[in-house]
Amino acid sequence: MNPIDFSFGDDGFDLRDAVTAVLVLLAALMCFAAGVGLVRFPDVLSRLHAATKPQILGLIAIVADVAVTNLSVGTVTLAVAIIFFQGLTAPAAAHMTGRAAFRTDHFREDILVVDELTSRPDADRRS
Amino acid sequence: MRARILSGLVPFLGLVLLWMLLWGQFTWLALITGVLLAGLVSITFYLPAVRLSGRLNPWYGLVFLVRLLVDIVRASLQIAWIALKPHYRPSNAIFAVPLRTRSDLVMVFTAEAIALVPGSIVLDIDRDTATLYLHALNVQSAEDVPALRKAVLATERRLILAAGSADDLERLRTGATVAGELAAEAARAAAAGEPGSGRASEPGGGSASASGEDSGTDSGTDSEGART
Repeated sequence: MNPIDFSFGDDGFDLRDAVTAVLVLLAALMCFAAGVGLVRFPDVLSRLHAATKPQILGLIAIVADVAVTNLSVGTVTLAVAIIFFQGLTAPAAAHMTGRAAFRTDHFREDILVVDELTSRPDADRRS
Repeated sequence: MRARILSGLVPFLGLVLLWMLLWGQFTWLALITGVLLAGLVSITFYLPAVRLSGRLNPWYGLVFLVRLLVDIVRASLQIAWIALKPHYRPSNAIFAVPLRTRSDLVMVFTAEAIALVPGSIVLDIDRDTATLYLHALNVQSAEDVPALRKAVLATERRLILAAGSADDLERLRTGATVAGELAAEAARAAAAGEPGSGRASEPGGGSASASGEDSGTDSGTDSEGART
């Protein structure tokens, strides 16, 4: 990867630099929010929201930024592959963790306004 | 038959494409090595074939992708705001969404997509009745749940329009859910089989659990095996 040139060139304002700045800031903000959410949310199930959603936008932003910074077929295709697989695996990981947390009662029932999983018709069949 | 060939071919071509994406070059060398490796991988790591519907509408596929991207941005900003806002009061909900698809693939992609869009994470999937159980963040009261359920069904609708089977499209048109159909079938079978016996007398909860036992027939590997 080429070293990033922070100086605005002799042609003054560079659009690519502006895009880079916006994307990097967005990604940093999202990852920061995900971190704060992990600490601040009250139980496992809430924390999973923080671990999946802002994180994926942060990743998309940073990967898009890399693709914009050194634009070539190789980086763009790799970026597409990274986003695709992260998009597929992050929900699956969250689902497995959430299911395990629910079945072992690692969640706070007092902050649920509705719970249709505990009271579902065939709940007794599985326990 | 066409759907069967497609079901085998699509994952194979996907592997080849992935190989070329990872190398970042679309050359003959990458194509030939990709085909060889994809063949090797499909033979050594054999998986049961995913049943595709054999139908793909590119326009609705594009609609789904664009909408997914918009939803990802919205969801991320929303969760980020909830995490950072000063007075956070936790209030969540777990709710069930009966889907209209019978295809495993559409169900999986719906679950994947709604884990990224505002509000929800999949906690459990009942494959027999095609029901998703979701956890939603920041639901203030039970009145908000129908709106969330509607958003999930809209996601499923876009997926079915893009790549669902004719059967699913029909159910989409009539608005029938798989769980509802199974319950009706079970009730009909019970009424025909043993008329007058007490088993079919509960139309609500009783029929739903009966349908779960009756219909778990076709290759229920993942959901059945993981259940404890």
